Amino acid sequence: MKHIVIIGNGISGVTAARHIRKQKDYRITLISSESQYFFSRTALMYIYMGHMTYENTKPYEDWFWKKNRLELLFAHVEKVDTDTKTLHLDTGDNVTYDRLIIACGSKPNRFGWPGQDLEGVQGLYSKQDLEMLERNAPNNKQCPHAVIIGGGLIGIELAEMLSTRKIPVTFLVREKNFWGNILPPEDAALIEEHIREHHIDLRLSTELKEIEADENGRCRAVITNTGERIECQLVGLTAGVSPNIDFLKDSKIELGRGVKVNRYLETNIADVFAIGDCAEQTETSGKRRPIEAVWYTGRMMGEVVAQTICGRRTPYQPGHWFNSAKFFDIEYQTYGWVWPEPSENEKQLFWKHPSGKKAIRLAYDKNTKHLLGLNSFGIRIRHEVIDQWLTEKRKLSYVIENFKEALFEPEFFGTYKEDLRMIKNQFATV
Amino acid sequence: MSEYKIDHNMALTGEPPKSLDTWQKLAVLIGMSGLGILLLATLNINFPDKTLWLTISLSALATGILLFSYREYQGKSKGIKNDGVWFKSISSRGLWAWLSGIALTGFYIVLYFFPQYLGLNPDGENTGVISLFDPLSKVLSGNPASQWFVYGVLYTIAILAFGIKFLYKYRHNRYERLRTFSVMFFQTAFAFLIPELMLRLNNPDLPYYDLKNIWPLNYYNFEQYRVDQFISAGTIGIALLIFGVLSILVITPILTYKYGKRWYCSWVCGCGGLAETAGDPFRHLSDKSLFAWRVERWVVHSVLVFVVLMTTAVIYTYLGYDADKYWLNREFFLISVASGLTILFALIWYFKKDELEKDAKYGAVTYLAIILGLIVIHYLSGSNVFLFQAETLRSTYAFLIGAIFSGVIGTGFYPIFGNRVWCRFGCPMAAILGIQQRLFSRFRITTNGGQCISCGNCSTYCEMGIDVRAYAQKGQNIIRASCVGCGICSAVCPRGVLKLENGSRDNRINSDGVLLGNDVDLLDHIRDYDPTRSPRKE
Ligand SMILES: Cc1cc2nc3c(=O)[nH]c(=O)nc-3n(C[C@H](O)[C@H](O)[C@H](O)COP(=O)(O)OP(=O)(O)OC[C@H]3O[C@@H](n4cnc5c(N)ncnc54)[C@H](O)[C@@H]3O)c2cc1C
Ligand code: SF4
Ligand code: SF4
Repeated sequence: MKHIVIIGNGISGVTAARHIRKQKDYRITLISSESQYFFSRTALMYIYMGHMTYENTKPYEDWFWKKNRLELLFAHVEKVDTDTKTLHLDTGDNVTYDRLIIACGSKPNRFGWPGQDLEGVQGLYSKQDLEMLERNAPNNKQCPHAVIIGGGLIGIELAEMLSTRKIPVTFLVREKNFWGNILPPEDAALIEEHIREHHIDLRLSTELKEIEADENGRCRAVITNTGERIECQLVGLTAGVSPNIDFLKDSKIELGRGVKVNRYLETNIADVFAIGDCAEQTETSGKRRPIEAVWYTGRMMGEVVAQTICGRRTPYQPGHWFNSAKFFDIEYQTYGWVWPEPSENEKQLFWKHPSGKKAIRLAYDKNTKHLLGLNSFGIRIRHEVIDQWLTEKRKLSYVIENFKEALFEPEFFGTYKEDLRMIKNQFATV
Repeated sequence: MSEYKIDHNMALTGEPPKSLDTWQKLAVLIGMSGLGILLLATLNINFPDKTLWLTISLSALATGILLFSYREYQGKSKGIKNDGVWFKSISSRGLWAWLSGIALTGFYIVLYFFPQYLGLNPDGENTGVISLFDPLSKVLSGNPASQWFVYGVLYTIAILAFGIKFLYKYRHNRYERLRTFSVMFFQTAFAFLIPELMLRLNNPDLPYYDLKNIWPLNYYNFEQYRVDQFISAGTIGIALLIFGVLSILVITPILTYKYGKRWYCSWVCGCGGLAETAGDPFRHLSDKSLFAWRVERWVVHSVLVFVVLMTTAVIYTYLGYDADKYWLNREFFLISVASGLTILFALIWYFKKDELEKDAKYGAVTYLAIILGLIVIHYLSGSNVFLFQAETLRSTYAFLIGAIFSGVIGTGFYPIFGNRVWCRFGCPMAAILGIQQRLFSRFRITTNGGQCISCGNCSTYCEMGIDVRAYAQKGQNIIRASCVGCGICSAVCPRGVLKLENGSRDNRINSDGVLLGNDVDLLDHIRDYDPTRSPRKE
C-alpha cells in the first residue's frame, strides 16, 4: 500500500489527509513536533483570553484520527533525503514515504534586531509560543509593560490579548498607517482610533532599533528609531511570518523564501509536494502573492493536492481573493482587490458610519465601472454574493443598488436600512 | 511531549481577567445579604414586618446582580464579553461552581420534596420563608403563599435581573436583545402575573394556568383534576382547554415551521428563559462530543415516548371512571392516539426517510412498535393500561422527569453541566419541536462561504452542545433538531460566518456544500467525492 507522509498537522496538512482518505485507502501519516493533535492556530488568542480551553480549539475529537486511519507521529523531522525517500526524525527513527507532502507552515520573522533572542522576547505562532507568553506575561505584576513590534494581524491580536490581562501595551508600527501595506489610509484610521480606545499606546512610523537586556539576560527596554527608550518586560515580535523551512536546507528540494512549487503544487523532486504557508508559487495566479500565509489558502491547497495524489492531477486555481479578521471589536472582511493606493484604472468609494465603527469601501474600474473589490468594517457581507458579482463583473451602479443582497447581518439589525440609505446616497453623488 | 499545561498554571500563578473590583465585591455582599434574609427566615427567625423584610431581601438580590453586571461591562466597548470565562472559578467548574451547584441542588430537593422545611403549612398559618411571601401572595391572588409561589417570585426575579445583565452584555446585538425582552415579558406576565390575577379576578375554579406552558412540557395539563376544573369553570375554562390542545397540535407546528423551535425555546419558554439569563455564564460547559449527541437523542426521545404513554394512560383511565361526564369515549380516544401516531410516522417515513440517520430510523420504528404494541395488548386484554397503572406512570414521571430531571439536575447543575441540560436531554417539548425543526421548518443557520477559520468559538458557546464548527468549516448549513436558535454562535463568531435565517426550504440542507474559493472544476470533483451527509462521518 502506498504510504503518504505529511510533514505538519496544520490546516493544510490535515485537509490534504482528510481528502486523500475520502478517496483512497493509502496509508497516511501526519508528523508534527508542535502538538499531538490538530488544533486551530487561529484560536490561540482565545485561549490566553480565557474564551476557550486548548481542548476547545481542536476541530476533531481525538478518536477521529484512529477511526479514519490517519496515523499521527509526534516528532520533529530533522532531515529529508529524497534519494532514498526517507525522513530522519529527532527521535532517531526513520520514516520512508512514497509521496511526501510538506506542510510545515511558518515562523515569526526576526530581522536581526539587536537583542531579539533575549528572554522575554518572543513571537506568537505556535502552541509553545503561547505557553511561553503565559510565562512571560501571566499578569500585570510580572509584566507591567509590553511592547509589540509590527502592525499586522497577529500584532493586534497580541495587543488585544495582553489588554485583557490589563497589561499596558505600546504598539510600534513601522508604516505611517496601521497595516498600511494592505489598508487604505481611511480604513486604517478607523482601526487606529479603535485601537487607541482600548488604551493601546499606538506609535505609527516608529521602528524598533534595539532591545536592551538586564543583568539576567532578560529584555528590559526597547529603543526606537526616534531614540526613545520604553521599559518593558515583554517584547512581542509580530512583524510578519516566513516559511519554516530550515530543516530542508540540506535537501535537494528547491527553496526560495519557501518551498518552490508549480501550479500543481509539485516541487522540483518527483513525489514531493508543498502546500500551505510554506509553499512558494513560481507561477502565481492573477495578482496573488507567491506566498499566501492564510488559513483558507492552506485549506484549498490541501484539497487540491489530495486530488493530484489520488490520481487526478489538478492545478491550484484559487478564485477571488478574500480574507477576514477582527480588530478588537470590529470585524473586517475583504473580497477581491482593494489596494491601499488605488492602482491604475482603479477608483474607490468610501463610506463611514457616524459611529466610526462601520465602514464600506468599494473599488471599481474607472473605465468599465465594474466592481474590483470591497472592504467592510463592522458589517458582515455575504461571501457568495460578492464572489458572484466579481465573477459577473457587475457594474458599480448595480452593486450599490443591490447592496442589501450582499449583507449577511444577523436578523433584526434594522439599522442597516438607515446605513444602506446612507451608503446609497453617498455613493450616488460620486 | 506534554499536552497543553497552561490551564493549570493559570490557577496558580496567573492573574487573568477574573478579579472582582471593590464595587463588585460590594455587589456580591448586597446580593448575599438578600439571600441571607431568606435563609434566616427559613431557619424560622421571625421577621416582624414581613412586607418590609421581603422587600429588602428581594431588592438586595436584584441590586446585587445589577450592580455586579454594571461594573462587569461598564466602560467597555460594545462587543463579545467572554474574557476570562474559563479562568473564573464559578464558570469553569471550580470551587465556586461546585458550591453553588450543591446549594442549588439542595434548594430544589427541599422545594420539591420537603416544602415543610420552607415553612409550608397547608392546614394553618405558613411559617418560615414561605410566610415571608404571604403578604405579596395575598396582594396578587388573595391566597397565602405556597412553596411554588416563593419559587415563582425568585424565578421571575432571576430572569429579570440576569436578563438585564444579558441585555447589557449583548447591547450591540439586536437579536439577542429582542429575544431577551421577550422571555422577560413572558415570564413576568404569563408565568407569574396572569395566573395569579386570574385566580383573583376571575374564577377560583380555574386551574393555575401558565398559557405559554404547553403540554408535554406542562405534562399535567390534561390530568383529571385540571380537566374537571376547566370544564366546571364554564366557557372560559373550555376555551382554555381547547387552547391547550390547539397549542400543541396547531399553533406550535405552524410557528415552528416558520421560525424554527427558537420561537418557543429562546423567546417564550420559562425554562429557556432562565437558561438564557441566569444560565448564560455557563453555556460553554455543555458537552460537545459525538457521544453526548448520541446519548441526547436516545434520552430526550425516550422522555417523549414516556410522556405520550403516560398522558394517554392517565386520560384513558379517567375517561373510564366517569364515562358520561366527558363526551370523549375511552376506546375512541385510544384508537385516535394510535392512528394519529401511525399516520404521523407513515408521513415522516414516506417523505423524509432519506434524511433520517440510521439510529433515528431504528429508534422511531422501535418506539412506534412499543406504543402500538402496548395499546394493542391493552385493547385485547382490557386490563391495566400499558402494563402499569396509569397512576404509577404518572407519579414516576412527575418524580423522575418533572422534579429530578427538570429541576434538580436541569437547574441545580447549571454550573457543572451547562445551562441547557434539561432542554437538551430531558424536555419532551424540545423533542417534538426538534423533530419538526429538523424535518419541516424554514429555519437554518447559514454559513458564509469560505470564511470559517475553525477557531471553535461557535461550538464552545453553543449551549446545546452542537459542534457548529464541524458544519461551518465545511460550508454546510446547520440544521439540527436541538438548536434552540439562541444566536450566540453567530454572535461570538469572530469572522461573521453564521447567520440564523428563515428561508425557502429548497437547498436548506446543502449536505454537499463546498467552500468558496476554489475554481469551479475542483468544486465538481469534490462534490463527486463527498459521500458523506453528516459532517462527522468521513
Ligand atoms: C495567532 C495567529 C492567528 C492567525 N489568524 C488567522 C486568521 O484569522 N485568518 C487566516 O486566514 N489566517 C490566520 N493565521 C494564519 C494561519 O493560521 C496559517 O496560515 C495557517 O495555520 C497555516 O497552516 P499550515 O497548515 O500551512 O501550517 P501550520 O499551521 O503552521 O502547520 C505546520 C505544522 O508543521 C509543524 N512542523 C514544521 N516543521 C516541522 C518539522 N520539521 N517536523 C515536524 N513538524 C514540523 C509545525 O510545528 C506546525 O505544527 C493566523 C496565524 C497565527 C499565528
Ligand atoms: S464558524 Fe466562526 S466561530 Fe465557528 S469555527 Fe468558524 S470562524 Fe470560528
Ligand atoms: S447552534 Fe447556535 S443558535 Fe443553535 S443553539 Fe447552538 S449556539 Fe444557539
